[in-house]
Amino acid sequence: MEASTVLEMRGITKRFPGVVANDHVDFDLRRGEVHALLGENGAGKSTLMNILYGLYRADEGEIFVKGKRVVFHSAKDAIGAGIGMVHQHFMLIPVMTVAENIVLANEPTKAHALLDFDAARERVRQLSETFNFAIDPDARVEEISVGQQQRVEILKALYRRADILILDEPTAVLTPQEAKELFEILGTLVREGMSVIFISHKLNEVLEIADRITVLRRGKRIDTVPREGATEEGLARMMVGREVLLRVEKPPAQTGDTLLEVRDLQVSDDRNLPAVRDVSFSVRAGEIVALAGVEGNGQSELIEAITGLRRADSGDVVVGGRVISHATARKMLDAGVGHIPEDRQRRGLVLEFSIAENIALHDYNAPPASRFGWLFPRRLVERARRLIGEFDVRGGGPNTRASALSGGNQQKVVAAREVARDPKVLVAAQPTRGLDVGAIEYLHRRLVQERDKGRAILLLSLELEEVLSLSDRILVMYEGRIVGEHTGAVTEEQIGLEMLGAGKKEAAA
Amino acid sequence: MSEPLAPQGGTEPEEIAKAPPATVASRLDFAQRAGGVITPIITGIIAFLIGGLIILATGHNPIQAYWDILNGAGLNWLAHPWKTDIANTAAYNFSQTLLQTTTLILVGLAVAFAFRCGLFNIGGNGQYLVGLICANWIGVSFVNMARPAHILLGIAVAAAAGAVWAGIAGFLKATVGAHEVITTIMLNWIAYWLGSYVFQQGGPLQAPANKPLDIPISADVAKSAWLPDFWGIPELQGLHIGFFIAIGMLVVFWLLLSRTTLGFEVRAVGYNPDAAAYGGIKVRQNYIRAMAISGGFAGLAGGLDMLGYLHHFGTIDVQAATIGFLGIAVALLGRNTAVGVGLAALLFGALVYGTTHGLQSGTIDPSLAGHLTEIVQGLVVLFIGADVLILAVWNARRRLRRRERVTEAAEATS
Repeated sequence: MEASTVLEMRGITKRFPGVVANDHVDFDLRRGEVHALLGENGAGKSTLMNILYGLYRADEGEIFVKGKRVVFHSAKDAIGAGIGMVHQHFMLIPVMTVAENIVLANEPTKAHALLDFDAARERVRQLSETFNFAIDPDARVEEISVGQQQRVEILKALYRRADILILDEPTAVLTPQEAKELFEILGTLVREGMSVIFISHKLNEVLEIADRITVLRRGKRIDTVPREGATEEGLARMMVGREVLLRVEKPPAQTGDTLLEVRDLQVSDDRNLPAVRDVSFSVRAGEIVALAGVEGNGQSELIEAITGLRRADSGDVVVGGRVISHATARKMLDAGVGHIPEDRQRRGLVLEFSIAENIALHDYNAPPASRFGWLFPRRLVERARRLIGEFDVRGGGPNTRASALSGGNQQKVVAAREVARDPKVLVAAQPTRGLDVGAIEYLHRRLVQERDKGRAILLLSLELEEVLSLSDRILVMYEGRIVGEHTGAVTEEQIGLEMLGAGKKEAAA
Repeated sequence: MSEPLAPQGGTEPEEIAKAPPATVASRLDFAQRAGGVITPIITGIIAFLIGGLIILATGHNPIQAYWDILNGAGLNWLAHPWKTDIANTAAYNFSQTLLQTTTLILVGLAVAFAFRCGLFNIGGNGQYLVGLICANWIGVSFVNMARPAHILLGIAVAAAAGAVWAGIAGFLKATVGAHEVITTIMLNWIAYWLGSYVFQQGGPLQAPANKPLDIPISADVAKSAWLPDFWGIPELQGLHIGFFIAIGMLVVFWLLLSRTTLGFEVRAVGYNPDAAAYGGIKVRQNYIRAMAISGGFAGLAGGLDMLGYLHHFGTIDVQAATIGFLGIAVALLGRNTAVGVGLAALLFGALVYGTTHGLQSGTIDPSLAGHLTEIVQGLVVLFIGADVLILAVWNARRRLRRRERVTEAAEATS
C-alpha cells in the first residue's frame, strides 16, 4: 500500500435481492486528492459509498482506513474513523442556526452537562474561516441558500474531524455559480490535506474537479484513470458500455404554421407577485424553442400558465390558432398541449400508480380507456405494454408501480404518455434533469424526432449546454421578461450574460 | 429492499430498483403487500393480548373470557353450520353477530372510501344517525306505499341524507379549505343534537302515542318498509336482507375504485393531488364527491338498521349510538380494502355482540365486559397508527441477527 493512500476498499461485493449492486469493486483514495466515482444511475456508486459510510454491510470485501482494517457497524463508526458524507438531500434542521446544526449530536459541554454554545460557535467560525466558507454561524438554515446549506453539511463533517469526505452528487442541487464556488472550496480542502470522493454522473464536472476517475457500470469497476488524457467521449463510453452521442444530431428545422402563440402574458407567482411580465412569443411547427434563464426568473410560472396549471392575470395563449380563455389543465390538454413537467415525481407521475395507470392519467375518461365511466384496465395495460416497448422503458411491466422505476425510466413513461397523445405543442420542462447520459441521449433524440414530425416544442432548461445543442431558437428570460432571442450561432457566454440581466432588450418583444 | 435503514436520500431507491427489472419491482410490491397483511394481523393479536392482560389484572381468566366471547358471538356455530334453526343458541348468536357486521361493513366503507381520496372521515357516526333518522321518517310516513317501493325509498333517502351530511364537509374543504377532520366532528355533534331533538317530547318524529306519556321515542316504521328477514324472525331480531346489501356494497366499493373513472380520479387525488390536477382531474370536485359517497355508505348503514331491525328510535338511543365511530377501526384494520373491511367488520361485529351477550359475571368483571370492545378498538387504532413502528422493530431484529453473523465472520477472518 502506498504511503499516501488513506483509504482502500478491496473486493467489495454487495447483493440485494435479485441484484448485485457491487461486484468485487476495488477503490482507493490518496491523501490530498479528489477522486471521482462516475457511473450511471444504478451503477452502484451510492451503494459503495453507503458501505464505506457504515450504512450497509458488504457481503464480501475489506476496507482499510490509513492502513488499518476496519469493520463499520454504523455511520457512527465511520465518522469515528474520519469519514464524512454529504448526502444529496441535506440532513439539516431548518429552524436551527448553522452552528446549532453543526454541533448537533456532538455538542461541546461545560462541566460535562451544560451546553457550551459559545465554544461551539467559535469552532464553527474558525473552521469557516480556515476553509474560506463565508458562512455566518448564527444564520438560520432556512434563511440561507442551498449552496450555503451544502457548505454547512461539509462543515458538519469537518467539525467531526473528518479527513475523508464523500460528496454524493453535490452539484445536482446547485446553480452553475454555486457549483463553481463548491469547486473552489474543494480545492482548498485538498490543499489542506483532505481527501474527497466525488460521486457524479456529469462528465464535464468530473473532468474539471477530479484528480482520478473511477468508472462503475452495473456494479463493476470498469477502470480508474487519471484526469490527464481522459475525455468526455472516453468516459461516456466506459459508463454506458457503448459509443454515446454527446452532441445532438439534428437536421435543420423545417418550420410550418405557428402552433403556439403567447401574447402579452402576465402571471403571478404563489406569493402573488408578478412573475411573468408582458411576455409574447410564438413557436412554429417543426422547431424547438428553448427558454433559457437562471432558475426563478418566471420560466416555471410561464409554463404553468401555458399548460393551464396556473391562471394568467392577463394576456392570451393561442394553440393552433385558437385562443384558449380561462385555461384549465383539461382545456389545454384537449387543445393539444402535451407537457413533460419539471418535477416528474411531484407532478408528472402518481408514484403509487402502475405504469399503465400513469400512462392513462390524461385520457382515462375517454374511449378506449373507458366508456360511460367504466374503466377497462386490460386496455390500459395493453397500451402501456406497447408504449413501454416503443419508448424502451426498462425496469418493469405495465403493472409495475412507477415508484419502482429509476428516474430515467420514470421520465420515459412521462414522455411516452405525452407524445402518445399526439400533441400539437409539446412543452418539455427540464426533461433531462437528474438523468444519466444514456437517458439524456434518448430523450434528446426523441425530442428532435418529435420536432421533425411537425410538433412545436417549447423546451425549458437550466443547462446552457442542453439549450444550445437542442434548440433551433433561444429565448432568454430574466426577471419575468424575455431579454434576448437568438436563432443563429451564439456563444454560451453571450447567453450567460443575458441570463444575468446584462444584455437587456426592450420588454414586450 | 432488504435494508430500509439507509437515509432515504438521493439515488438509492433508484439504484436498487433499476438493475434487473421485473423481479425487483415485483419483489418490492410483494414485500409491501406482505407487510400489508402481516401488520394488521400482528396488530390484532397484540390488541387482544393486551386486552387479555387487562382481564387478568381484574383477577379473571382471559382465556375463559375470550372463549366465552367467542361462543357469545356464535362463532362456535361455524363448527356445525348445518344447524340453522335459531332455536339453536349458537346459530342465533351468529345471526346477531352478522347483524352487527352489516352495520360495521358500511360504516367501515365510509371511512375507507374517504381515505382512498386522502380524506379522513371522522363523521361516520353523524352520517349514520342522519340516515337512521331519515329512514325512520320515511318508514313512519307513506304508510300506504307498496312494500318494495317503500323499502327502496327509505334506503335511498337514508343514503342520500348521509351523502349530504358528509358532502357538507367535502364542500367546505373544497371551497374554503376547512379541514375535514374538524368539520366532520362538528357535524357529528349537529347530528347528535338533531337526533335528540326530533325524538324528544314534542319533537317532529316522536310517536303521537308517546306524547301524552312524555316518552321521547319515535313511532314504529310501517311494516311495508321492514326489510325481510332471511334468518330468524322479526320478533327475535332476525337477520335481514340488508346483510346482502352490505356484502354487495363491498363489491360496489371495489368496482367503484378499480373499475371506474370515478375511482381512478379518487385514487389519483388521494395519492397525489398535484399530479391529479396536472392530469386534468378536478381535485376539489373530487373532494366533495368522495365525501358524499363516503357519507352515503354510512347513511345506508343507518337506513338498513332502522328498516331492518330497530324499527324505532329514541333520544336516549341517539345519545348512546357510537357504532359509527367503530368504522374508523374497521377501516384501519381492513387497510381500506374491500376484503379487509369485510373481515375486520366481522371481527368487530363478533366482539361487539360477544362481549355484551356471552360473558358471565363470574368470568369477567361486569363493568369491564361492555368496555372490552372499546379497549380493543382503541388499541387497534393506536397500533395501526404505529404499524410503521412494528415493521421497524421487525426489520431491526432481522438486521441485528445478520450483524451478529457478519461480525463473527469478520472476526474469524481477521
